[in-house]
Amino acid sequence: MVTHGISDPGTWVDRHGDVLVRYAMLRLGDPHLSEDLVQETFLAALTARDSFKGASSERTWLVGILKHKIFDHYRQKGREIPVGEGESLQPGGEPTFFNQDGMWKDGPEEWGGDPADLFGKKEFLAQVTKCLSDINPRLAHAFTLRDIDGQESREICKVLGVSETNLWVILHRARMLMRRCLEIHWFGGDAGKR
Amino acid sequence: MLSCKETTLLVSESMDRTLPLGRRLAKRFHLMMCVLCARYERQLLMLREVLKRLGAEEDLPGPDDVTLSPEAKERIKQALASP
Repeated sequence: MVTHGISDPGTWVDRHGDVLVRYAMLRLGDPHLSEDLVQETFLAALTARDSFKGASSERTWLVGILKHKIFDHYRQKGREIPVGEGESLQPGGEPTFFNQDGMWKDGPEEWGGDPADLFGKKEFLAQVTKCLSDINPRLAHAFTLRDIDGQESREICKVLGVSETNLWVILHRARMLMRRCLEIHWFGGDAGKR
Repeated sequence: MLSCKETTLLVSESMDRTLPLGRRLAKRFHLMMCVLCARYERQLLMLREVLKRLGAEEDLPGPDDVTLSPEAKERIKQALASP
């Protein structure tokens, strides 16, 4: 059945499934959760397919639905996980990067290679996904919304239910951990230059 | 003078808002003197640049091992066939 140029839903999974799950994994870092949200996306699309106007591609339309599902998930998590102010955002498990005088213990290393080489590099994307899944989900969500999706701070505060001051600290922690994770596993350290 | 710990917070914060003048100057002064913090800022900005461009792509290039599992595909296909 064809409605407004949309293809047979029976073919959706094979044509869009992998791309959608990749999109979700980069933003959620959790395979099961990603698959669940992709399933919800397809089902929502099935129900709403009469509203597809063909103004965008079918893929773009599906990604848009998935994006909403992911934001809903962030919102829900925001209510479930209480976030204190400032220092309480640092769970004991996080490494400390500075000594008592506030000086670097392990300063940033010089990174080799050309950043432009990273575009389209599957392995780099896999490593980013891995690093995101290793940090506190609240930090990961904030980082994803801001530095990957480029949302404005005020929007992110609404989605995560935190104050702006709190968000700046959350993003600071997230960037510190993500930079370090990528340095160890990608840019240098024992992994060597690529 | 700011410590490195304080400076890294300002480096991050300046990616999200315009810092008040005093802090902006204090940060700039520290970065002129401190090669590690200057490198830190350069790397954060580079990462954001790369990630933003990746995030804007719907057709993400791989990773090949990130796919919808065969079981999930089957499950979703059945759900779509009998909603």
